[in-house]
Amino acid sequence: MERKEILEVKNLSVSFQMYDKGLRQKELQVIRDLNITVHEGEILAIAGASGSGKSLLANAILGILPLHASVKGTMKYRGESLTLERQRKLRGKEIALVPQSVGYLDPLMKVGKQVVGVNGSKDRQREVFARYGLGKEVEQMYPFQLSGGMARRVLIATAMISNAKLLIADEPTPGLSTEMAKETMGHFRDLAKEGRGVILITHDIDLAFAYADRVAVFYAGTTVETAPASDFRKGPSALRHPYSKALWEALPQNGCKPIPGTQPYAGNLPSGCLFAPRCPYRTEACETTIPVRQIRGGEVCCNHAT
Amino acid sequence: MNKYVKYIVTTLLRMVLLLIGVSIVCFMLITSSPIDPVEAYVGSESNISQEQKDVIAEYWGLNNPPVQRYVTWVKNLLHGDMGISIAYQKPVTQILAQRFQTSAVLMITAWILSGIIGFLIGIVAGSHAGSVLDRVLKTFCFILSSTPAFWIGLLLLAVCSVQLGWFPVGFAVPVGKAASEVTVLDRIHHLILPALTLSITGISNIALHTRQKLIDVLHSDYVLFAKARGESAFQIIKRHGLRNIAIPALTLQFASFSELFGGSVLAEQVFSYPGLGNAATTAGLKGDVPLLLGVALFSVLFVFAGNFMANLLYGVLNPQIRKGEGQ
Repeated sequence: MERKEILEVKNLSVSFQMYDKGLRQKELQVIRDLNITVHEGEILAIAGASGSGKSLLANAILGILPLHASVKGTMKYRGESLTLERQRKLRGKEIALVPQSVGYLDPLMKVGKQVVGVNGSKDRQREVFARYGLGKEVEQMYPFQLSGGMARRVLIATAMISNAKLLIADEPTPGLSTEMAKETMGHFRDLAKEGRGVILITHDIDLAFAYADRVAVFYAGTTVETAPASDFRKGPSALRHPYSKALWEALPQNGCKPIPGTQPYAGNLPSGCLFAPRCPYRTEACETTIPVRQIRGGEVCCNHAT
Repeated sequence: MNKYVKYIVTTLLRMVLLLIGVSIVCFMLITSSPIDPVEAYVGSESNISQEQKDVIAEYWGLNNPPVQRYVTWVKNLLHGDMGISIAYQKPVTQILAQRFQTSAVLMITAWILSGIIGFLIGIVAGSHAGSVLDRVLKTFCFILSSTPAFWIGLLLLAVCSVQLGWFPVGFAVPVGKAASEVTVLDRIHHLILPALTLSITGISNIALHTRQKLIDVLHSDYVLFAKARGESAFQIIKRHGLRNIAIPALTLQFASFSELFGGSVLAEQVFSYPGLGNAATTAGLKGDVPLLLGVALFSVLFVFAGNFMANLLYGVLNPQIRKGEGQ
């Protein structure tokens, strides 16, 4: 972990102003006390169930949340505070998003022009296309004409046209065959080797365990544990948080054991530990704010972790 | 290419079927209407005796069964003979051709005006959705769309022509000026108010649709991604907004031919503008059966052409349809 930090997110909270019954306004918290750090040359996977606010985290880092969202906490990019103004300057240049699917491309704009975007150049686009084995004919295609594999490489190309130092890949693999998912992850690994930081947002836990350097487990809008991916490959004894352990045991190859209850949704979150209602080790102390602790080379947000 | 030929042939076939259907309905409506063609022909104040009227009726074949009369009419129609207009004492085909030329100028002007103004209002409102400006424009459109065109025409006439004296009160050319002396400026001067009145019916439709479509586009995943790639709000509207709202707007604009034609009947009446709409009113009021049928059939062709162009254009402009062929 001597490598330089690219991104540091501390105590990030995101909430939306919503209209409750009638005209009463209510604040809906979707991300709470979230902490992550990304270093140069590493892939950090953010793994968690649907509805845990993973995609919002990407939007918060890029500063493209809707207007009625409010963001608290601190974000630092290369040691300097990431303000809205700075996000506006950096996105698309130093921080790039790799979206989920071709649905994120303008259906009526040719792929070549689209990859060039507003900051790239035609030459650079040809270079990037060549790197990913995309022929010249792809430039003239519309997004709906791309095959699944081509689409994946085009989406990575949109990020590579810039010289981004931090890539945020939002669910880059669903719907892909195992082969293609492997290939995609290979691309991200190459990019990390070149010194970039990669955030891999996924609900594919196997994928996160297998290809990431570190994994942050996301639960109900917060990170409960961040640990080296090798710990997740070892099993529950190497893990720290009861939710991470439960997640590991719920995987098909580990016995498919579910735990009772469901993830609480935004607007209905317990105070204190978010996992407490489902936790076998819960005590009274869990009803207050839980500090983040460093244990065995990982970060965990639990009073009972050892 | 084969697909296009097939499409055009089936569309033309459908048009023929439509024409047959409309002609039957029109014919049935006319035969069961209280209009007596002989009465309309001779005029209600003439001294022609009942026997003479019966002779005319027999000569015209009015005593034949309706089916036979319809067949005779269609036969003549196919030979290009739509009959003689009673009100104007000229062949119907000639009147249609002449009047359509006058109307076409009016309708095209109004059509372009409403398209451009509506599109611009839609973009401004849609890109500022929720703001005060958006609400003002939206209210303006609601008022426009709920206001009858003829009433707007009367207002414009009362204010701009009668009180301010900026525009003539009616007709397509100055009264009492020889046809050879009428200038283009004269014609434009007479065209402005009717065209404005007619365009108003189309503005709110295109504006509200464009506004909603732009809002949808701005909330799409690809606009979010464009934002993530560092595009500014203006760049997003220029690069993705216009591209994605132009096709529906154009399609809608071509599909609005029916409203255009319907509106022209009222607008031309208010401004005594000697176009096709005006001829339709005269034909209806004077019981001019041949002209009325002629205008009805012509309007079918006109509206059908508009929809047909909308369909063709959609195929040409949208790459998903244009290129989808080879997939």
